[in-house]
Amino acid sequence: MKDSLVSEYRKIVTTRTWWVLLIVMVGYMAFMGAAMAFAFSFDGAEVTGASGEAVPMDTTTAATTVYTLPSTFGYALPLLVGLLSVTSEFRHRTLTPTLLAQPDRNRFVVSKLVASIPMGVLYGVLGTLATVGAGALAFVVNDTATGLDDGAVWGVIARTALALTVWCVVGVGLGFAMPNQVVAIVVVLAFTQFVEPIARLVLGLNDALAPAGKFLPGAAGEAISGGSFYSATGAGDLLGPAAGAAVLVGYAVVLALLGRFTTLKRDIT
Amino acid sequence: MPPDATHAIEVSHLTKTFGQVRAVDDLSFTVRPGRVTGFLGPNGAGKTTTLRMLLGLVQPTAGTATIGGRRYTDLDRPMQTVGAALEAADFHPGRTALDHLRVFAPQAGVPDRRAHEVLDLVGLSGAAKRRVGGFSLGMRQRLALATTLLGDPPVLLLDEPANGLDPEGIRWLRDLLRALAAQGRTVLVSSHVLSEVQQTVDDVVIIAGGRLVHASTLAELSGLAEPRVRVASPDAAALDALVARAGWQRAADGTAGGAGGVGGVGGVAELVGTDVATVGHAAFAAGLELHELATHGVGLEDVFLRLTAPAPARGAHAGAPAAAPTAAGGAR
Repeated sequence: MKDSLVSEYRKIVTTRTWWVLLIVMVGYMAFMGAAMAFAFSFDGAEVTGASGEAVPMDTTTAATTVYTLPSTFGYALPLLVGLLSVTSEFRHRTLTPTLLAQPDRNRFVVSKLVASIPMGVLYGVLGTLATVGAGALAFVVNDTATGLDDGAVWGVIARTALALTVWCVVGVGLGFAMPNQVVAIVVVLAFTQFVEPIARLVLGLNDALAPAGKFLPGAAGEAISGGSFYSATGAGDLLGPAAGAAVLVGYAVVLALLGRFTTLKRDIT
Repeated sequence: MPPDATHAIEVSHLTKTFGQVRAVDDLSFTVRPGRVTGFLGPNGAGKTTTLRMLLGLVQPTAGTATIGGRRYTDLDRPMQTVGAALEAADFHPGRTALDHLRVFAPQAGVPDRRAHEVLDLVGLSGAAKRRVGGFSLGMRQRLALATTLLGDPPVLLLDEPANGLDPEGIRWLRDLLRALAAQGRTVLVSSHVLSEVQQTVDDVVIIAGGRLVHASTLAELSGLAEPRVRVASPDAAALDALVARAGWQRAADGTAGGAGGVGGVGGVAELVGTDVATVGHAAFAAGLELHELATHGVGLEDVFLRLTAPAPARGAHAGAPAAAPTAAGGAR
């Protein structure tokens, strides 16, 4: 089992995907952090909520909203890294040598899931720090409090990094459920950038359906951070951090099981 | 069984159906340690499916396939028992040759320096840090072979390992496989061309249409190849008469009489069951002018093609051709 873990980890770090996407992640998050922090800290700036009313924003709310941007906008990248670690095995037909080295397909799936965690941590830490660094700098430039002297804010930052880590594992699960790389990437981009934000907005407008929105994967990821862009703008309530983590891990496990009993149940030809 | 037979490959009544198609049909054979065995058959004969069942990648519909008495999926560290290379294309193009081997080293239970050793062994040391995406087919074959050797396994299964190798590479591969077998390892090499492995293998297992058509030593297979006497004369009619008078049998698929032979005129006959001395003497006695008189072997390739020709009926006995060589005379 340990051998498989090491092998799977080495697979991730011996191709270029991980650092190319990591650079994109850090650049994107630094840009978002700085841009949002500027927007929130201009004099008289108000954020307009989904319901059209101005949302009052104190400095701590502004800071945490900026620092949790990775779990709102950046999670697609660790998700993709996890996803590609599985789909590339199918795309490049390396599944055969992989299963020759580890014929136990349960262990193979678990190894993939677990081996993605260090990479998820790396994305989580660097992506979050890029946001915090750029965001805090922008707050300082605008003479606004950064909130970084508050321990609770650091708790939010740490949980944001955790959310990104879990997203990486979700990517692995999704890869098993959807091994076609092109299809999987299209689904990820469409779902994260389009389907879920709209679904959350629509569900949030209906009181009866609103609770369901909390269980969408993006909402669960934001819940891990606690407080985020969408919830600050009034687009639905979130679960608690622990419940959010449980829901998101649940997605990873369910997707991986789905893949185990469909994709990996079949003959490998 | 000899004591070194602990890592024999046993395939027993193996069957695989894909929908209506019987890709492998009640196939049984044994591959012995210490020998190179050619696993032969035309494209689509079921070779790859058989190997994939042997390696636990494809679930058999019926029957068993074991290595050293155990199924592949029951082996502890399979790479230490079996080195298998199924397709030369199974690499991530963005990974270097060395990294490819380092990925599998933990599962083979070997330290990273073993990766350098096997690269040396297959002559790829110079390309260790290059990405596999830029490799030629021959280089990929060498890297695939290096991967199989990583765990120093007693059993090697190689699917079409000579594909893409240049003549020098083929000779190198032959020497390496012979050396590995000489160390007591079980070596199974598949190919759809007999001539490609003819100089490498000790034993042959030939399948066609998913069924076994022949299993024997290479020497016994050679026994199935009868020598032919080719005789050409400018006087076709006299040649035909001589053949008829002497009662020689023409090869079933040989060139018939009529135009042909040297210069395009006269007759040519391909005869079996006789020899050049007999034919030469008879022609001399008959005063027949000959332009060609020679023995030529029916290559093993012809035997192979005959064995693997589509069977006329499903009921054809798989074992029947294997019984023939005893009657057909010794090997040449």
